[in-house]
Amino acid sequence: MRKEKIALLPPWKDKPLEEILAMARDLLEDPDFPTVRRWRQAEGKVVGHFQVYFPEEIVHAAGLLPLKIRGAPLEATRSASLFGSYLCSILKTSLELALSGRVELEMFVTHPICDAARNLGAIWGRNFNYPCQILYLPQNANSTYAATYLRDEYQRLREDVEAIAGQPISDDALRNSIGIYNENRRLLAELYTIKRERPWLLAVDEAYALMLMGSLIRREEHNALLHYVLPLIEAREARSQDRIRVVFEGGFCEQPPLDLLRVLARSVYVVDDDLMIGLRWILEDVPIEGDPLHNLAVYYLDHSSYSPVQHDLRKPKEEMLLQRIRQAGASAAIVAAAKMCEPGLDEQVAYAQMLDEQGVPYFITEFEENMTSFDHVEIQIETFAENILFY
Amino acid sequence: MTKSRAHDEGVVGRANKDGAQLFRQWYQELDRLAQAGGKAAYVFVMGSMAELLRVFDLPTVFPEINSLQTAVRRVADEYLTFAEDYGYSPDICGYVKADVALQLQGGKHPMGRIPKPALAVLTNACNTYIKWGEFWERMYHIPVFTLDIPGTRAAGAQTWPGDAQFEADRRYVQAQIQDLIELCQEITGISFDIDRLREILGHANEMIRGWRGALELNRSVPAVFNALTDGTIYLGVANAFRGTPQGGRYFSDLVEEMEYKVAHGIGTIGEEKHRLIFVGVPCYPIFRRFNELFSEWGGVFVASTYLWFASGGINLGFEYDLDRPLESLAEGTLISVRDAMDSMFFQDKALIKMAEDYKVDGVVYHPIKSCRTVSTGLADNRRALMAAADIPSLFIESDMMDKRVVSEAQLKNRIDAFFEGLNSRKLQLAGV
Repeated sequence: MRKEKIALLPPWKDKPLEEILAMARDLLEDPDFPTVRRWRQAEGKVVGHFQVYFPEEIVHAAGLLPLKIRGAPLEATRSASLFGSYLCSILKTSLELALSGRVELEMFVTHPICDAARNLGAIWGRNFNYPCQILYLPQNANSTYAATYLRDEYQRLREDVEAIAGQPISDDALRNSIGIYNENRRLLAELYTIKRERPWLLAVDEAYALMLMGSLIRREEHNALLHYVLPLIEAREARSQDRIRVVFEGGFCEQPPLDLLRVLARSVYVVDDDLMIGLRWILEDVPIEGDPLHNLAVYYLDHSSYSPVQHDLRKPKEEMLLQRIRQAGASAAIVAAAKMCEPGLDEQVAYAQMLDEQGVPYFITEFEENMTSFDHVEIQIETFAENILFY
Repeated sequence: MTKSRAHDEGVVGRANKDGAQLFRQWYQELDRLAQAGGKAAYVFVMGSMAELLRVFDLPTVFPEINSLQTAVRRVADEYLTFAEDYGYSPDICGYVKADVALQLQGGKHPMGRIPKPALAVLTNACNTYIKWGEFWERMYHIPVFTLDIPGTRAAGAQTWPGDAQFEADRRYVQAQIQDLIELCQEITGISFDIDRLREILGHANEMIRGWRGALELNRSVPAVFNALTDGTIYLGVANAFRGTPQGGRYFSDLVEEMEYKVAHGIGTIGEEKHRLIFVGVPCYPIFRRFNELFSEWGGVFVASTYLWFASGGINLGFEYDLDRPLESLAEGTLISVRDAMDSMFFQDKALIKMAEDYKVDGVVYHPIKSCRTVSTGLADNRRALMAAADIPSLFIESDMMDKRVVSEAQLKNRIDAFFEGLNSRKLQLAGV
């Protein structure tokens, strides 16, 4: 069997929704990345890429597994000494995954999303012999030359990935991968539509776990899983409750622990969010016809979401958040930031001012992927929700 | 008075005196502009594009320099508190917060009033530049131009003119420079004049030659300037007067002074015992005292990565080709700003060479809370340096702005222990 066809998930066909959700939660909290291990046992190669966005189609087309590196719930025992203080957790736990041998890669790619993340390419490169690099996604998204530049950058990446794969990546293979990823993005959009329109059918932690599984397996398998679970979600017997509808903002890079999302789900309906926004960055189908790399570049720039780590004059972030709140029919926002995350913390100030001006209630908080105590934040969220509901 | 002494008095110390005077003059001009309601271009030290902005008679404001001046003048805490009260986290860049406070107080600064921006030009050499620019965008509704400079993709993977990768990057930079020219024309109503650019690039070339020359002259023993203290004065002139006749002349004079000091064996302190490299950003809240903690032991900073990246990478010595000014500006900006980034991200091998070239006894790493660009990789960098070369090193953390995370007593303990080790090592190497 071709390794691309190997099932990386435990058997899920014909299982009830609750079992699949439990499997998804277990997988995303497992620091040993069992799906990646299965892939490697089949002699598959892995390209790890750090948050936020990465053109996975290029790696997928080479027959490799693109793995989103987004930290993990584990203690950074080896990597902590390689970093200074005052840094976010995701940097340390991501490197820890590699140093501890939990995740083995053939290549690592980071991006200039923030001052800390761009250092990661050099640090990783000094500690491992495989290629480690920075993919310079354009930071001047408004330059008329940005798409051409990015197309060239993707071509450079393609050649580096070909060297790892030991074979060329054809345009047709790229087009095939774009098609698979288009389907995946459509299915994730459906998942989010359910969450937005009937949030009582799908809690934020459940949607998150189902979405995140895509970053741990080949997308064909994720597509098949989503095709299977979406009707099960629709058929769920649940009734709307008297809860406020909120947007959660601040999950674009380091991820809040699943338990924190569960806490939110107990008190409010999270009807939209930016959790793992890189998986949903491109908002429309990328055309299959024409130059696939050019298409990927154009859609990254012109048909995409927003985040605090991209400056684009067409996407003023406060307005984008307000749009997200309005489109989701939310009445409030949770504006979070990972501890020590400079872009997230900077953005909190601008978001808060805009929400004040617009009279949208909001709750500001910080989180860390490894936080273990949630009592305090649960009380705060309950109080916040009650204030809106009853006053 | 002997002839030699007379010459000493005219030449030795001239760069520090003239640098301080030029700096005051620069701030006075900014103050006059602000009082008259004029506006300036806000720029940053890594990729200021001063050469281009001068073609349009746009005065430049360096918010990083404004911020560090509040720390040197010991009022940074007032600014940081103001910005934190406004909503900014204690865990973000202190430079940003000091500037936010400055802007919210109408440009109030200990060196004079700072004019408001007409536009801001920022590169991606530091991601915080971009977030910082967004603040001005929101407050003043001005054009914020991000000049994206593709950096080195992986250790040792620099490309150069003629390489396909380099040429692709250069075309991207040049296309953006063209966009910036159009924006400047719109804002100022002044037409782009390529001969004016040529003239300005000529002045910049004189500065670049002088900067590189001065850095190389510090290989002499004893070192002719302190890379931490004197070097910061030179850096101020390099940024504020880039592309001006005064700036070019200052650096020619600097080289003359340093050559004189080399010829006469004139160092920076009584007895230079330990030659050190400084890696990171200075501890501005206790700037002078921080240096004394080293100089009291006979330690002299003979080189630093700060003089590389905070000069925008002109240490590399790229000189503009005046026969093709625009192409050369794109090429030089790409090469120099990329080198500034390399000095922060991929510096381990360069440091080993620097240690050899400058006959260095130790490397001092100074990561700071405020700046993750510079600080994130330093611990691993030190590990790599220690694995590759037999060079003692010291790792001390504090901040460039925030006194709350500067513990002089703790610093002193670590520094004293470092020098005790260096002294023992010297004795061992001497077979004593």
